[in-house]
Amino acid sequence: MWTFIHRLASPKHFYHLAGRMIPWFAWGCALLMVAGLIGGLWFAPPDYQQGDGFRIIYVHVPAAWMSLFIYAVMAGASAVGIIWKIKMADIIAACSAPIGASFTFLALVTGSLWGKPMWGTYWVWDARLTSELILLFLYLGYMGLQAAIEDRQNAARASAVLALVGVINLPIIHYSVVWWNTLHQGATVSVFGKDDIATSMLIPLLLMGLAFTLFYATIVLMRARTAVLEQERRSQWVRELIKSL
Amino acid sequence: MTGFRLFTAFYTLLRRDLLMAFRHRGELANPLLFFVLVVSLFPLALGPDSRTLAPLAPGVIWVAALLASMLSLEGLFRSDFDDGALEQLLLSPHPVAVLVFAKVLAHWLITGVPLIVLAPLLGVLLHLPQPGMPALMLSLLLGTPVLSLVGSIGVALTVGVRRGGLLLSLLILPLYVPVLIFAASAVGDAAHGLQVGAQLTFLAAMLVLALRLAPIATGAALRISVG
Repeated sequence: MWTFIHRLASPKHFYHLAGRMIPWFAWGCALLMVAGLIGGLWFAPPDYQQGDGFRIIYVHVPAAWMSLFIYAVMAGASAVGIIWKIKMADIIAACSAPIGASFTFLALVTGSLWGKPMWGTYWVWDARLTSELILLFLYLGYMGLQAAIEDRQNAARASAVLALVGVINLPIIHYSVVWWNTLHQGATVSVFGKDDIATSMLIPLLLMGLAFTLFYATIVLMRARTAVLEQERRSQWVRELIKSL
Repeated sequence: MTGFRLFTAFYTLLRRDLLMAFRHRGELANPLLFFVLVVSLFPLALGPDSRTLAPLAPGVIWVAALLASMLSLEGLFRSDFDDGALEQLLLSPHPVAVLVFAKVLAHWLITGVPLIVLAPLLGVLLHLPQPGMPALMLSLLLGTPVLSLVGSIGVALTVGVRRGGLLLSLLILPLYVPVLIFAASAVGDAAHGLQVGAQLTFLAAMLVLALRLAPIATGAALRISVG
């Protein structure tokens, strides 16, 4: 186990291992996404209240899940990077941020597209929408800090501190927004309502969630591979790799 | 003995920062002027009607206080960073978190306290109902130290960055959201004659959390920025 982790932490081994894993993740993602979309758009029955409009959850909900999941991965990788000074963890954290920001943006856009026919307006200061918006700002701040500091190692460590501060604050922000919102208006529209979601609707949703996770894994590994090559461009193994191409 | 020396270091740093601020009295007034100016822009934009202004007063005053606090924070470590004093602080045998706390406390005494004193005046300008005033001052008393403490993390992260001002706002404004929500709602509710113990307790809880954790994060961030 420890030797595996040590090998993973070395950029060279990571590069090769990631190269072998990417096709698996990519194909898994494609298969699951096709299955999820067929199940969600074809087999799942229309919602009794929202009709076919509810089907946007097959993009919206997984995107929202990913926006939180990726922030957690980012914070975890940042902690590993700052405590054990593992370069690969810094790279993973830095490469995750733009993907997380994109998923957050996607969740916001699909949420407001869904809101127009359902709530009659593109934007409601609903608790979840608001905390998602603040999450987007946190991602953008992280990326801004990363871009502003020239020294790579300092940038990684500074943004790691920011990610950790953010992860402590996220629950506080989320619950204060929920609390703020309940003061202003009654119950928010909840996709899941009181009744459990029907199985025929749930299975495609879970498939899509898995597909999105694999999509993230694929993209983050691809980005990390490029970042590794760029950072290690002066090292022997990268030179040999490029010569052999 | 070490405890005593630590207190001496804390006190010396606090005294030095206060002294330096009073030697530059002109700069001392800037955040306050900003606070007053921003608040007085709102009646000009929204119209002088007290029925429009009164419901907006808590939010407007709090947003202005938040921006004033953030803008004044930007210089918290700047001069020390430029003249190398910050490196000396980090090299001293005392825990960085305590020294950071001394600096943040000095900053809050200089910019936060006058803000609290001035706030009722702005409340009057915006027709904030009388019962809202104590809540306004209390929420500022509990909230502005949190702003200073949390903000100091962002300042420490961006102190080495050229033109870090805009970046600083991007980093710390999202983190200010909980304080803004609870503080503005406390003032608004108090103005309607409601109980606001819950909001103020939440603010106090945030203050305790920030007091404990923020100086540590700021210290870590300073070590990274100074390198």
